Amino acid sequence: MEKRPLTHLALGALVALASLTACKDEKAAAPAPAPAAAPAPAAAAPLKAAFIYVGPVGDAGWSFAQDQGRKEAAAKFGDKVVTSYVEKVPEGPDAERVIRDLVAQGNKMIFATSFGYMDAMVKVAKDFPDVYFEHATGYQTAPNLRVYEGRFYEGAYLAGIVAGKMTKTNTLGFVASFPIPEVLRNINAYTLGAQSVNPKVKTKVVWVNAWFDPPKETEAAQSLMNQGADILLQNTDSTAVLQAAERAGKYAFGWDSDMSAFAPKAHLGSCVLRWGVYYEKAFRDALDKTWKPEVTKWGVKEGMTDFVKVADFLPADVKKAVEDAKEGLKNGTVSVFKGPIVDNTGKEVLAKDAPADDKWRGEVAFYVKGVEGKVPSGK
Amino acid sequence: MNELALLVGATLSAGTPLAIAGMGLLVNERVGVLNLGAEGTMLVAAVSGFAVAFHTGNTALALAAGALAGAALAALFGWLVIWLNTNQYATGLAVSLFGAGFSAFVGIDYVGRQLVQHGAPSIPVLRDLPFLGPALFQQHPVVYLTMLLAPLTALFLYRTRAGLVLRSIGEAPDAAHALGYPVRRIRLAAVMVGGALCGVSGAYLSVVYTPLWVEGMVAGRGWIALALTVFATWRPARILLGAYLFGGATMLQFHLQAQGVQVASQFMTMLPYAATIVVLVLISRNAAWIRLNMPASLGKPFFPGS
Repeated sequence: MEKRPLTHLALGALVALASLTACKDEKAAAPAPAPAAAPAPAAAAPLKAAFIYVGPVGDAGWSFAQDQGRKEAAAKFGDKVVTSYVEKVPEGPDAERVIRDLVAQGNKMIFATSFGYMDAMVKVAKDFPDVYFEHATGYQTAPNLRVYEGRFYEGAYLAGIVAGKMTKTNTLGFVASFPIPEVLRNINAYTLGAQSVNPKVKTKVVWVNAWFDPPKETEAAQSLMNQGADILLQNTDSTAVLQAAERAGKYAFGWDSDMSAFAPKAHLGSCVLRWGVYYEKAFRDALDKTWKPEVTKWGVKEGMTDFVKVADFLPADVKKAVEDAKEGLKNGTVSVFKGPIVDNTGKEVLAKDAPADDKWRGEVAFYVKGVEGKVPSGK
Repeated sequence: MNELALLVGATLSAGTPLAIAGMGLLVNERVGVLNLGAEGTMLVAAVSGFAVAFHTGNTALALAAGALAGAALAALFGWLVIWLNTNQYATGLAVSLFGAGFSAFVGIDYVGRQLVQHGAPSIPVLRDLPFLGPALFQQHPVVYLTMLLAPLTALFLYRTRAGLVLRSIGEAPDAAHALGYPVRRIRLAAVMVGGALCGVSGAYLSVVYTPLWVEGMVAGRGWIALALTVFATWRPARILLGAYLFGGATMLQFHLQAQGVQVASQFMTMLPYAATIVVLVLISRNAAWIRLNMPASLGKPFFPGS
C-alpha cells in the first residue's frame, strides 16, 4: 500500500487543489443573480437595472435594506423595469469585474451600493457612456455617474432623543465601525439628540474597526454595558449589539433596517434608510430620459431616513418627543447640527448661526461635548 | 470594582472558544499531526451548530452537531494526510479555505436568522456574591466545562496509558509502529478528537456567544487557537491561561476605549501572533524546552514499514 508514496502525494495534492477550486467556484456561483421578472414580450424594451451589494441580502442590515428598496421601487414600474442583483461582491478589483459583467449582460443602469465600489465605478463608467451608473455614499461623479446618500444622522438624532429620555445611568453607548466622518456624524447626532432632552447625558464609544464582525460587536457592546451604558446604538451592520443588549436586559436600537424582531425587549426603535424612495426617482429619470449627474442627499424630509417601530412600551411623552422632532426635521424647524457646537475639548467647531452644510458635515472629525474620549487617528 | 469583575467575567467567556479549539489542536499536534484547517473546521461547525439550534432550539444538541461536523471534516483531513501522506501544511490550508467557502455556501439560508435568546445564565446563590458573582458565576455552562477540560486533558496525556501511547506516536511514530501500535489509526482518532473540539468551539460561537450565523464569523479565532498551541508550548494548563490572556486582551482593549483610553485595535489583533513568534524564538533557544514539549514528529509524514 505504501509503495508509491509519490503517486499518493500527487493524488492528495490534486484533492487539495480540487477543494480549493471547488471553493472558488462556489463563491462565484453563490451570488447568482436573483431570478428577475420574466422578460415580457412588451413593445418597448424594459429598463434593465442591476444592483451590487457588499453583503448578503439576508444580513438584516445594510444590504437587506438596499434590496428592500430595489424591490419596492421596481414594483412601482411593473414590467417597465427589470432588476437583478449580485450580493457579497468584495470592494476592490472583483467589483470591477462584476460591474463589467453586468453591463455585458445588457444592463443599462448599475447601482453600486457601497462606498468601496467608487474606484471601480469611475473606471467602468468611462468605458460605457450609454449606461447610467449610480453610486451610494461616494463623492465622485462623471457625466454618466452620480451619487446618492441618506442622511442617516437624522435617524441617529431621533434615536438619541429616545435614549436621552429613557436612560437611567445617563450614560449611552455607541459601537462604532471606522473613524470616518459618516460614523462620527452619527455618534455626534446620537449624543446631540439625547442632550436635546437630557443635558446630563454622556456617550461612551468603542471602535471595532469592522462593518460586520458579530463576535467583536458583541464584545464591544458587552464592555460598554459593563461600564454603565444602558442604551446602545451601533454603526455596524449586524444585529449583534441589539441581541447583546437583549441578553443583558438593556436597551438598543436597530440600524439600517427594522430589527425589532431580533430583540423584542431591548428594541426601542430602528433607524432605517428607505432606499426605494431614491431608486424610484432613479428609474423614473432613466425612463423619462431626464437623468442628470447630480448628488442626492435625502433625509427624513424626503422620506429616505426614518425612525420606525418605536417600542410600544415607551411612555407617551417619549413617543411624542420623537414625533415632534421628526415633524421638525421635515418642516425645517429642527436641524441636527446647529451652531453653536462645541467639541469635547471645549473648542467651538460651529459658530452660532453658522451654516452646517454638506461640506461641513463631510469633514466632521471630532466628538461633540458629552462624548467621552478622543477620536482615534494616526496623528 | 464591579467593572473589574465584569471585565473578568467577559474575559472568561471571550477566552472559552479559544481554549476549547486550542485544547483540541493540542491533542491533534501531540500525536504528530499539524492541522492548519482549524479556522475552516470551526466555520463548518458554526454553521452546522447554528442550523441545528435554529431547527431544534436545543443548545446541547447544537454543540454536539458542531462536534460531529468538526470530527467529520477532520476525518477527511486525517485520511488525506495520514493515509495518502499529503503535505500537512498544504492540506490544512486547503481545508481552511474549503471550510470558509463551504460554510458560506450551505449557510446562505441561515444568514440573518435568529435563535431564541436565553437570558444570561448564572448559578443561584453564588451569583449574588460581591465581586466573585459577576466575575465567575454568571457564565454559560460551557465556560465551566472548558475549565474542566484542561485538567482532564493533562490527566489523559500524562497519567494514562493511552495518553502515553499518543505522545510516543507524536515523538517517534516508527518506534511505536515497531512496538505494534496502529500508528495511523491512533493518529486519525486524535485528529478527529481535535476536529470535534474545534467543532464545539465553532458552534459555541454561533449558538451561545453571538447567537447568529454570518459568513466568516469565526474571524480568525481558529488561527489564534493554532498560535495558542505554540504559545502554550503544548501544555494544557498553559493553553487555558493563554486563551484567557488573548481573550482578555481584546476585552481590555474595548474596556479601555469605553473609558476614553485609545488603543489601536489592530495592535490587539496582532498581539497573539506576535506573542507566538516571541515564544517560538524563546523555545528555539532552549533545546530542553523543545525536547520536552514540541512533538518531534509534528508535521512529518509517516510511512509504516518503510
